[in-house]
Amino acid sequence: MPCRIFITGSGIISGIGKNLYETLSSLMEGRSGIGRIRLLQTALRDEIPVSEVGFNHTELFELAGLSPQEGYSRNALFGIIAATEASRQAGIGSGDPIKTGLISATTVGGMDQCELYYNDFLTNDSRNVYIESYDCADSTEKIADHLGIRDYVTTISTACSSSANAILLGARMIQSGKLDRVLAGGCEALTKFHLNGFNALKILDKEPCKPFDEGRNGITLGEGAAYLVLESEESLKQTHNTVLAELVGWGNSCEAFHQTASSPDGVGAYLAMKKALEMSGLLPEAIDYINAHGTGTDNNDLSEGRAIEKLFGNHIPKISSTKPFTGHTTSAAGSTEAILSILCIQQQVIWPNLNFRVPIRDLHFSPVQKLLTHVPVHAVMSNSFGFGGNDTSLIFKKFTSSHSPSQPATS
Amino acid sequence: MSYINGIGLISPQNTYENNEFLQNIMEQNADYLKCVEPVYKNFIDPILSRRMSRLIKMGITSAKICLADAGEIQPDAIITGTGLGSVEDTEKILGDITKEEKFLNPTPFIQSTYNTISSQIAIILKCHGYNSTYVHRSFSFESVLQDAIMQLEEGTADHILAGGIDEMTMNHLQITRRLGLWKTGPVSNLRLLEEPGPGALAGEGSAYFLVSGEPNENSYAQLIGVETIYKPSSREKLFLHVREFLESHQLNTGDIDLVLTGVNGDVNWDFLYQDFLSELFPGNAAAWYKHLCGEYHTASGFGLFTAANILKHQVYPEILALNTNSPKDFKYILLYNHFRNVNHSLILLRAIS
Repeated sequence: MPCRIFITGSGIISGIGKNLYETLSSLMEGRSGIGRIRLLQTALRDEIPVSEVGFNHTELFELAGLSPQEGYSRNALFGIIAATEASRQAGIGSGDPIKTGLISATTVGGMDQCELYYNDFLTNDSRNVYIESYDCADSTEKIADHLGIRDYVTTISTACSSSANAILLGARMIQSGKLDRVLAGGCEALTKFHLNGFNALKILDKEPCKPFDEGRNGITLGEGAAYLVLESEESLKQTHNTVLAELVGWGNSCEAFHQTASSPDGVGAYLAMKKALEMSGLLPEAIDYINAHGTGTDNNDLSEGRAIEKLFGNHIPKISSTKPFTGHTTSAAGSTEAILSILCIQQQVIWPNLNFRVPIRDLHFSPVQKLLTHVPVHAVMSNSFGFGGNDTSLIFKKFTSSHSPSQPATS
Repeated sequence: MSYINGIGLISPQNTYENNEFLQNIMEQNADYLKCVEPVYKNFIDPILSRRMSRLIKMGITSAKICLADAGEIQPDAIITGTGLGSVEDTEKILGDITKEEKFLNPTPFIQSTYNTISSQIAIILKCHGYNSTYVHRSFSFESVLQDAIMQLEEGTADHILAGGIDEMTMNHLQITRRLGLWKTGPVSNLRLLEEPGPGALAGEGSAYFLVSGEPNENSYAQLIGVETIYKPSSREKLFLHVREFLESHQLNTGDIDLVLTGVNGDVNWDFLYQDFLSELFPGNAAAWYKHLCGEYHTASGFGLFTAANILKHQVYPEILALNTNSPKDFKYILLYNHFRNVNHSLILLRAIS
């Protein structure tokens, strides 16, 4: 029997808070992070809303506990802040000998500084340190060095499912016995680069996004970072950490349909969810809540909705997209929403799908519209789908020590 | 068990036709080594390829060459490693947005996302299986191989298309020359060690491998293990790690018939390979390959092509040799690569019979 994967730490920064506590408060109070662009230097600032992390570079250094220095992208600072919060909760860095890896995800990497200094790159040596920090691995290595993680380090980029795939890989590496503990997640800072890229694709809403609404009109981008700590049973015996939830299923599948569009029936989404569900051993009716990818584009919400209807039939769980809170944090969305899903299990709540009014004509369900409290939430599915049809689904379950015959030392 | 059952390689050498193994070596006196590219319309529908940037075409084509080499096997999973993705597309967007944020063409943006190569291959092959992309400097390709080996161990796939791909452009070369990474002007790739100096010779390439759970008559080699070592705290720690890696496969340093190193002609960093060889493998045959492909984040793809062919054909092209040791047969080859003492990696292969 494959070993169990326990979640024992989480850290997050996004437009709705600089840590887990603030994130939870915003969710409970229905406070969205979406608004007018304040920090990003872009010609689109008055046209397109986003969910920005409201701290400038200097303030982010302070939050990260670092003195301001050259060579740090906003992206890396987000990563350090969230990864440090997760590590502290799980006691990574306490000097224990547990074999620990870092699997991080990003797509624009250090582009936030690169695009500011690109003309210098072309003409002079004044910003060379940012040439080195523009690639995807830079933020990962800065996080690893900050936290002293050495046993395994890699970076994944599968567009908007990147950090879900980082979590999936972390779980697989624990099951394969290569690592006992993994810090997994992703970071993404807003850039002119991808704001303009999405805008050129004409899939950005000029108002806050309205996932699963008949009148939805596209994505609202966000930024931030989110990391989880995954531990094996062996690791848990040493750390005696409190288990926040258990990761019981994952599935990765490719649409193989189109570079930027989902297939009409969501074949990739369906296969990813199906794989995750089969692996978890849960029946469809055992899933209490789906934290949907729900970007707010015409294409995604319809095909994701159809895939959910196909897989769950008459047992469609409660569904919401939390992107109207955080915006679409692209590579950080998978781990951000994994944490929001785990919060549902911990708090026995279900987050509302803000900005929803009218159900999609071709679907038979409506998302959750008001915060639900005191609801039993035992198992949650979290979906993350990306450009190129890179679709990943994760299932988290409430921790009970009786799941397998070999019980962990702690509970 | 993992086996290399097919290879497709587009490189600065004559490799894409897959019908010879380093027989007609290309000498380039150049700022960087550029790939010898096939005519893409022989591999990709011109209607599809019209808007594809060069890296995407290289990736798809080398993947197709690999699958043809493997006997047209449909893979169950596709995994790609790339340090930088499509540099050409990224530069296009940066050039545009730093002038004016208007009338941006969406195609370069789509193609600049790192996972485009893996997903374009999936679209062409209609492969709905596991699909992922690693983007960690000189761990990118090694992470791919580690993932592929795990897939086979998990039993979730029988055949995995695993690749490493990066491109260079003159613009990117000029930018990264500021960091002292490269030679400052054109040099001959075949005289790299004769005129020692700082900086490597940059290169590029796209290498795909079919990694399968069972060997067949076409198999090149058994892929025994892959290890990445991040910032070893001392050279002793690194050497210990190498010994432990070999021991975990019931081997010691004397069992390795050939050590294929990532020596790249940069005197600032090549001394680490010399230390590695003299400390761990003083009597073993040692070789290099980056004078043939140049230095890039996924250059160990070219290295794996080289090692796999040596093992399959039991030939040792003279151009590769770093010393005069030459074993009678080749059973075990160890690849060792490092990028500026940060990303160290080991790939261990064994001959099939």
